[in-house]
Amino acid sequence: MSEPHIKTISFISRKAPHSQGLAKACLDMVLSNAVFEQNINFIFMGDGVYQLKDQQAPKLIDNKDLSAAFSALPLYDVHNIYVEADALPKRYMTAEDLVVEAKSISNEQIAQLLADSDVVYAL
Amino acid sequence: MNISIVVYSAPYSSQASWSAYRFTREALAQGQQIGRVFFYYDGVHASNALSTPPQDEFDLVAAWRELINEHGIDSISCVSSALKRGILNAQEAQRYEKECANLDPSSELSGLAQLVDASLNSDRVISFGA
Repeated sequence: MSEPHIKTISFISRKAPHSQGLAKACLDMVLSNAVFEQNINFIFMGDGVYQLKDQQAPKLIDNKDLSAAFSALPLYDVHNIYVEADALPKRYMTAEDLVVEAKSISNEQIAQLLADSDVVYAL
Repeated sequence: MNISIVVYSAPYSSQASWSAYRFTREALAQGQQIGRVFFYYDGVHASNALSTPPQDEFDLVAAWRELINEHGIDSISCVSSALKRGILNAQEAQRYEKECANLDPSSELSGLAQLVDASLNSDRVISFGA
């Protein structure tokens, strides 16, 4: 780090957890930025909300379980965790199905978060 | 303006790595600075020196290499993404007892901290693919 400073960095994660590696790729980016104490927004949209679903058994398909990492996000000081408001009910899910507390926000609110961010990553 | 580039997709699987290359080349032509190119996820395939496309197709790995070398761009291939996709430098090949190394010398292997650093020290971060 050439200069220690803090930016607001938003991550939009839109993929289901075990179809590709993008969910883990995004999680790894978030954790790296958290280690450097950046101001992070972690936003789950569309199928991305499946990443937060409880009671998964990915070992059955030889995949790594990411749930422990998601539930530990607050320990990394990642507190601004959001889900797209429409995404949960469309998938017959509620906030109680999630492994970590996430605020449900509208697309307008997501747009505002992105407008207020210094850097946005979407994957 | 200081711009960093992130590439998530592999050459030849989608347009993204080619678009990233063309964007980087054009930004430099317009006098912008490229702070860092960071190959992440499938993007690391752009740093595979063994990539050998047919002669009548555009050699994107060679094009990236020439652009990076010509402008002295700081180019990083994410080490965890690269290793699991079989892209190793000599040091990693030795460490994991593999027979050969194939990381293109125009890029270095390093971790996500380099992407955090790029986010903090660039005016813009432009992502391609995913």
